[in-house]
Amino acid sequence: MAAVLKIEHLRKSYSPGFIPHKKEILKDVSLEVEAGEIFGYLGPNGAGKTTTLKCLLGVSFPDSGTISLFGQPYHSLKAKERIGYLPESPYFYDHLTAAEFLDFYGRLFALGQAERAERVAGLLRLVGLEQAADLRLRKFSRGMLQRVGLAQALINRPDLLFLDEPMGGLDPVGRKELRDIILQLKQEGRTVFLCSHILQDIEMICDRVAILVAGRIMKAGRLRDLISEKVLFTELEIEGVGRAELEKFGECLTGRDGRFLLKVFDQGRVGVVLELVRDRRGRLHSLLPRTQTLEDLFMGMVKQP
Amino acid sequence: MRRILVIAGNTFREAVRDRVLYLLLFFAGSTIILSRLLALLAVGDRVKIIMDVGLASLSLFGALTAILIGTGLVYKEIDKKTIYTLLAKPIHRHEFLLGKFFGLAFTQLVILLLMTIFFQAFLFIHTLKLNGQVFLAALYIFIELILLTAVAILFSIFSTPILSSLFSLSFFFIGHFSRGLLTLIGKMPAGAGRTILRSLYLLLPDLENFNFKTEVVHHLPIPASLQLSAAAYGLFYILFILVLAVLIFRRRDFQ
Repeated sequence: MAAVLKIEHLRKSYSPGFIPHKKEILKDVSLEVEAGEIFGYLGPNGAGKTTTLKCLLGVSFPDSGTISLFGQPYHSLKAKERIGYLPESPYFYDHLTAAEFLDFYGRLFALGQAERAERVAGLLRLVGLEQAADLRLRKFSRGMLQRVGLAQALINRPDLLFLDEPMGGLDPVGRKELRDIILQLKQEGRTVFLCSHILQDIEMICDRVAILVAGRIMKAGRLRDLISEKVLFTELEIEGVGRAELEKFGECLTGRDGRFLLKVFDQGRVGVVLELVRDRRGRLHSLLPRTQTLEDLFMGMVKQP
Repeated sequence: MRRILVIAGNTFREAVRDRVLYLLLFFAGSTIILSRLLALLAVGDRVKIIMDVGLASLSLFGALTAILIGTGLVYKEIDKKTIYTLLAKPIHRHEFLLGKFFGLAFTQLVILLLMTIFFQAFLFIHTLKLNGQVFLAALYIFIELILLTAVAILFSIFSTPILSSLFSLSFFFIGHFSRGLLTLIGKMPAGAGRTILRSLYLLLPDLENFNFKTEVVHHLPIPASLQLSAAAYGLFYILFILVLAVLIFRRRDFQ
């Protein structure tokens, strides 16, 4: 697949305040995003995710490195015609109504009046804001602003969509709807670059991820390649067996109603534990083999010195 | 050009939905009406006093509109990060800035036109004749106001609205008092001091170039050459400020 976004050796530093000492935010970041995929850009707060986006969108200027969008320089208008962007905690022109706001952005893409009207109505329907079309944005809640922000990012039917923490401010229903929209965009052949620190969302929808820690890409690749399918430990919920006996097999925690939660790290000993439960006439409530999750991988990266 | 017009249209809409504008319009209208009261209290030609106060209020409240709205225009976009989504669209930075400028300049035009028509109507009640010279004075007030708008936008690129307002107000006052330097230069002996003062005068804005109020109030002739040179001075100054603003804005890194 062709790369729609290519970043090579991107470096960016800022001077905090008037102090002439530069703080390096991005340290030699390189990555590629292929057409039609959902790419997760992960990192803890302050890792440099938003700074990367600002460089990609021409809001900030890189110190060094190259960025290309669809094989063209990132600041070319032709490239920008094909992208959409939803910022983190969006704030828009509060003197406009939702429909006026989307119409204004549609004009920037030279869309005709009829086409704008059709797209605005369709997008408001897509993000569930049909009833708020004539309401000024100053009266919108945070979640509503997030929704209208997504609508503006889609006004030009972009081939590549940048979403910066898109789940922020959304309720569980809104998050589910947004996930569905992102998956629908992928089905339409569009590419999504998703910046987030909510691992659950990334794990559910992303094809590939890059983990950014302190301005460096620590790991990048397909989720199934990054996360080992090997069982890390087995979690058993047991009743009717003494704690002292269980502790011989692994970590044992006291649960509710006299139950114990046992983590067995040696898979060969799980059978022995089951025999012990049977011998003691105890009860096994659950048995759960735990494979590595994105969270395990992420925490491992973040905690590394 | 299309994108500049789109931004200008949005800026105009933003300005006309700003309550500050209506507050200023209210005060401008009140001042014009109050000029009648002043005329009653003063000794001399009452119509001249009404014209003097009226034209001064067009200039002052127009300047306040340019400064109060102009200084917040770009800063608000940066502070509230609306500029991030705009710069992610197919638009050049200079188009954004020029769009802001033209939007506010058009707002100034509409407001000044409304105030001038109101003033002309008020004057008509007292004199029962129309004074075309009022529109000429208003035209030069308009040139001064768009220069002030450009200055306010320039400052708002790199400073807060309060600082930008102070800088712009300083520009306004310096611009109206800089001509005093000419009197001083005339009284000084030739030498380094005189050269420095002359250079300083050339460097500082001279907004009195656009002040034809005295001529209009006292029905004095205004030579065409003076009108042309004043217009050329204004247009070049505006162009200079806009080029400076674009150069700074193009290099501005939004952290």
